[in-house]
Amino acid sequence: MNQARWVVLMSEGAGRLWLFLVLLFLYLPILVLAVMGLNDSVHYTLPFAFTTRWYEDLAGNERLLQASFNSVAVALANTLIATTLGTMAALAFARYRFRGRTALQLLLFPPITIPWLIIGTSMLVLFFWTGIGRGLHAMLLGHVALSLPYVIIVVGARLASIGPDLEEAAASLGATPFQSLVRVQLPVMAPGIVAAALFAFAVSFDQFVISYFLAPPGVSVLPVEIFSAIRKGFTPEVNAISTIMIVVSMTVLLLFARLSKFGGER
Amino acid sequence: MSAVDVRNVTKRYGATTALDRVSLAFPNGSFFALLGPSGSGKTTLLRALAGFVEPDEGMILIDDQDVAHIPSFRRNIGMVFQNYALFPHMSVFDNVAFGLTVRRIPRIQVRQRVGKILELVRLDGLDHRKPRQLSGGQQQRVALARALVTEPRVLLLDEPLGALDKKLRQDMQGELKRIQRTVGITTIFVTHDQEEALTLSDHIAIIDEGRLIQVGEPGEVYDRPYTRFAANFLGDANFLSGPVQDSGIMVDRVGHVATTSPLPAGEATLAVRPERIRLVAPDTPAQGNRIEGHVAERVFSGASLTYTVQTDAGPLRVLRQNADGDVIDTGERVALVWSADHSVVVED
Repeated sequence: MNQARWVVLMSEGAGRLWLFLVLLFLYLPILVLAVMGLNDSVHYTLPFAFTTRWYEDLAGNERLLQASFNSVAVALANTLIATTLGTMAALAFARYRFRGRTALQLLLFPPITIPWLIIGTSMLVLFFWTGIGRGLHAMLLGHVALSLPYVIIVVGARLASIGPDLEEAAASLGATPFQSLVRVQLPVMAPGIVAAALFAFAVSFDQFVISYFLAPPGVSVLPVEIFSAIRKGFTPEVNAISTIMIVVSMTVLLLFARLSKFGGER
Repeated sequence: MSAVDVRNVTKRYGATTALDRVSLAFPNGSFFALLGPSGSGKTTLLRALAGFVEPDEGMILIDDQDVAHIPSFRRNIGMVFQNYALFPHMSVFDNVAFGLTVRRIPRIQVRQRVGKILELVRLDGLDHRKPRQLSGGQQQRVALARALVTEPRVLLLDEPLGALDKKLRQDMQGELKRIQRTVGITTIFVTHDQEEALTLSDHIAIIDEGRLIQVGEPGEVYDRPYTRFAANFLGDANFLSGPVQDSGIMVDRVGHVATTSPLPAGEATLAVRPERIRLVAPDTPAQGNRIEGHVAERVFSGASLTYTVQTDAGPLRVLRQNADGDVIDTGERVALVWSADHSVVVED
């Protein structure tokens, strides 16, 4: 009896320890990065001396500011385009039967698993070949292509949980397809759409490989700018900007997690 | 005059025929049950009336207008869905008002009509609740009010009481009947529950494998089923078969069983309802049909008992009211007696 209890307690304790180690492994580097962004020493030496000078320096760094602005602009445009197109596609997949529907749905998944490096390379080749070239517009195109499958899957999951009944109920009550879309379907889909939009934002904002391939000299987004800054020398300034990026991304993803859980309910 | 008239409607899904040349007239103001097992096509028929299924052939007339190829939102129908399909993001008031606001009816009128209909379904005072804050029965009433408020030409109900528990279902049956009578609207409802069909409706259509088997008033269909399927699906029945001989049939090892219904030539099958058979002691003299046997099984269900009597014609079921509390034990010999009026000729 007692021994069994002891074994249970031990295994529970071991489980907790394991979980703690995993979280430590995941978050310790980020924590060090954030702390060092607030440390006065350029060479990361201890003892820790609090300063906000790296953040102040950021404000004067034109290149970083321009890159941040580009990042946010591309991410917002991507969110708008990918969410709109993706929602429309999800509606079509959920409500209509058409030729090639299954094939198209299956084709949504491979881009998620294909390494970004390969997608980036192929996009560069394609854009070069078609004359689209490099630049923010090319990055935007790349990001939209990359985030579309995620949007379609997230919105599609929400739609699947709603079913066709509400649409039929609206139609039986005399609502035109447009009235039904605006007054019934979109409001009910809203949590899914918002979650998908946050995801699309995060995909674009955090994207490095594709942005790096499609960035012409002189134009840059935040992850690319950070990368080139590191190559020149690792200043605590990079820690500061990285911390800001992490905070933005984590906020967005936490909101996403919250809303997509929302999406599970009716 | 019929409000709704279905003529030769056929619907195929690939190789399967969901509706096979169904013709059915729904009289104005009737409460019409479409009864059949799952997969019989009854729901397809209802959905064709609603406009969610487009028939391959045939016409659907609502007030003499063919709506077979007109989209649902132009049909002016009301429908209550099996799971109610209330709009989860709208209040009770907004749910009910939906059909009026999409028609751009002035706000004052909307308020008046919604108030009136909520009173009719006895939901006044719950206007601001969300559907998820309501009980199953209340949700059902909201769905009904929402379907009725636009004063549609026909009300369609898809298994309206299927999601409710038994007690609530009985209450709602009464409510539904009261509301239907007050409004006077032609109502068509789909059910697989024979008891619901019998208690609620004034007309029943039995549907099986996409075909219309029989239409009539509940008593008529119950007393004179056309087919073995109809006899079995609406109520319970015993069947006896054999060659036809002077206003009856000869049943193997049992003898002559009489009927008053007209007989075909050759072989015939008779259906006898379990409650139309009386159980008597073997030596009791009696008029009409008579078969002897012994009680093989007894099922007690409170107000009544069902006996399975093993006879030379096979096992026959007899339903007996538990009126005086005398119960026949298994193994006892009994005679089954019934009048020729109660043997009904059915098609196989």
